[in-house]
Amino acid sequence: MAEESTDNKMSRRQFLKNSGYVAGGVVGGGIIGGLVTNQFQSGAPTQDQSQQEGGQATQDFSRALTYFSRREDFDVLSQMTELIYPSDDNGPGAIELGAAFYIDKQLSGAWGHNAREYMQGPFHEGEPTQGYQSRLKRHELIFQGIQKVKQYSQSNYDASFLDLEEEQQIEILTAFENGEVEIDGAPNEQFFALIRAATLEGVYADPLYGGNRNMDGWRMKEYPGNKMSYINEIDSGEFYDEEPSSLNAHMDQ
Amino acid sequence: MAEELEKVDVVTVGVGWTGGIIAAECAKEGMSVVGLERGKGRSIDDYYMIHDELRYAIRYDLMQDVSKETISFRNAPDQRALPMRQMGSFLLGQGLGGAGVHWNGQTHRFLPYDFEIRSQTIDKYGEGKIKDGMMLQDWGITYDELEPYFDHFEKICGISGEENPYSPRSNPYPTPPMKDTPVTDRARQAAENLNLKPFKTPSANLSEQYENPDGKTINACQYCAFCERFGCEYGAKTDPTITVIPTAQETGNYELRTHSNVVEVLHQDGRATGVRYVDVLSGKEYIQPAEVVVLTSYVMNNTKLLLVSDIGTPYNPETGRGNVGKNYCYQINAGSTGFFEEEQFNTFMGAGSLGICVDDYNGDNFDHADLDFVHGGVGSVTQTGQRPINTNPVPPGTPSWGREFKEKSIHYFTRHLGIGFQGASMPYRYNYLDLDPTYKDAYGVPLLRMTYNFTDQDKNLHKYLSQRATEFVKEMGADVATEAEELGDYNIVPYQTTHNTGGTPMGDNPDNSTVNNYSQMWEAENLFVVGASTFAHNSGYNPTGTVGALAYRAAEGIIRYSKEGGSLV
Repeated sequence: MAEESTDNKMSRRQFLKNSGYVAGGVVGGGIIGGLVTNQFQSGAPTQDQSQQEGGQATQDFSRALTYFSRREDFDVLSQMTELIYPSDDNGPGAIELGAAFYIDKQLSGAWGHNAREYMQGPFHEGEPTQGYQSRLKRHELIFQGIQKVKQYSQSNYDASFLDLEEEQQIEILTAFENGEVEIDGAPNEQFFALIRAATLEGVYADPLYGGNRNMDGWRMKEYPGNKMSYINEIDSGEFYDEEPSSLNAHMDQ
Repeated sequence: MAEELEKVDVVTVGVGWTGGIIAAECAKEGMSVVGLERGKGRSIDDYYMIHDELRYAIRYDLMQDVSKETISFRNAPDQRALPMRQMGSFLLGQGLGGAGVHWNGQTHRFLPYDFEIRSQTIDKYGEGKIKDGMMLQDWGITYDELEPYFDHFEKICGISGEENPYSPRSNPYPTPPMKDTPVTDRARQAAENLNLKPFKTPSANLSEQYENPDGKTINACQYCAFCERFGCEYGAKTDPTITVIPTAQETGNYELRTHSNVVEVLHQDGRATGVRYVDVLSGKEYIQPAEVVVLTSYVMNNTKLLLVSDIGTPYNPETGRGNVGKNYCYQINAGSTGFFEEEQFNTFMGAGSLGICVDDYNGDNFDHADLDFVHGGVGSVTQTGQRPINTNPVPPGTPSWGREFKEKSIHYFTRHLGIGFQGASMPYRYNYLDLDPTYKDAYGVPLLRMTYNFTDQDKNLHKYLSQRATEFVKEMGADVATEAEELGDYNIVPYQTTHNTGGTPMGDNPDNSTVNNYSQMWEAENLFVVGASTFAHNSGYNPTGTVGALAYRAAEGIIRYSKEGGSLV
């Protein structure tokens, strides 16, 4: 669950190596979440500054829910993202990176409501080569899928999904991945495929969307994020080992 | 009731590369030109937040809003076509500059072989080489005739490149090739070891600042890695909004109207009289009369507008009659990915056209006598700038989520290199475009229906090129090489390429083609159809160089037609 995995220790092998904290500071532009509410406030203090000063995180007002109405549903989603992208020696997992908050924000917006997609009928089941043909919008599919995860856990393990051992949770996700659980109105495999794709977005999208907390997804992958130019480095044989920066860097200018 | 506007000399439907080129050339001649663009205007000022993988590369911010208009798709005529509800296999453009804004800038020329593919295939291999159902045709123009137009388009763009031994040129490239990097050095070395002839990708991301013959300046590329699916905030990737469109505007003879979606080409007695369009903001309808109507949208809408306007003869795959909707082609992606344990590469840096190409397996540059396919494809090792959401490379057998997936996708993100071949695509009898009987767009116009599948030609070519790719990746020093899986049915979901072609093919006579080699329609002489929709087949290259050349020739034809009238051939 979210609260259990929010430790922010920087003690892991690979992550330490990649992290700017070791080198004694984070170059401007980095920020932990918060951007959705903070990006238009000029001079708002960044999370990085407060961490450097006292190790205390400033309050992150964007960590609340725009789509989910039940806490349990959000917690099930959070745990699913963590199973897809777990915390390990490389660094934080999806929960700590804020992937579930990212997905919650996306579900209440244009993507969750398929706003830029053709959603006119008639709807027919097609061949797999014809792509998504369901009348369900993404938010409906994910909401329904989460209810199915809870029900499947109760009927097969006689326990809440959140109370199961990790191996049991992985078994459940595997059943959904393989399309073994009936989803109404859409091919069974679609639900898990959507959660997987959204989790990777939440881990690796610019932190302005509420995930990839502190750009730590990028750090693990040694991806430098938004840099304006590599003209001086592109022909070098040295691996580029600089602190990442996000689009927030442009707002600071 | 549509409001009728004052007649102009030329109206273009769509304002990307082709609409911009036609506008610039005709307006320079003093002709009055109106450009109708369904999307919004855009310029470098719009790219302040462009380094955003999610917004632009995953959510397609610069691309077509398919809630308003899409296509329907099926693999074969006996299937029910269903709408492409989300973009995937290819990414349609929308807005000023069209897909010319979010291209990578790889600017090849089609081969001499391409334009005479039918004659040359028969001459060398006999009629039997052309398999049943393969509708191979010559284009009605030769490479030598088209060379000056290639040369001019490359000068307008300022293309950075070096000589490709298979692509004869009258002049050197306008600017030197892009920088060498550890990745391109390695690819060049591997190619030389394999006795291939490597050359730097001809690039519209310029190696140095350049002023084109129209007096437009294109800046030097910064290798920031955001080309494909993005606009360039430096004005260093040549696109229509920094070249031909302002060139047209500066003449004083050009009027650009954005948010203007054309729904019909009006015509009478075999002549186009103008177009009907909707102002998508106000909902008002207008008629724009014109002496010459030029279709300059993408492959899909060029074909769709002819079909919905009942101009020309729709292609019928059963009888073989008709030429509108015929010869729809695509491409295949063959290739191989290599994983490296000991080395790490700066593959998140780059530019859309930074890379090394080999043309030794393209066209008829290699002998096909004992091969079960025609044509081939260019092989490219590119350093276009890899991004973390879309790039999660894992060796075969790795799960697609969980601990092992995370570990390996992180590890190999900067430890993999590959070579990709763009395999050419031949026209087939049952691969075609017509109108969907059920589904409509936001303006009540039927969707274009695509019937398409890969053929044995595609599958055989794919297999051959992928084997060459694996040899190449091993030569680059990969510890593990993973070859592209064998080609199955065409699937509209995963991204493959936005190199769609055909629908209004070019040829040397009205029996096998929609337009002549000036892109002038055989069945309506004041109607020109410009762009990759006129390709008679698709070659093994990025298409824009050839699109640009054909557009400059079309512009010359329109200017001549406006003085002389009649058929230009």
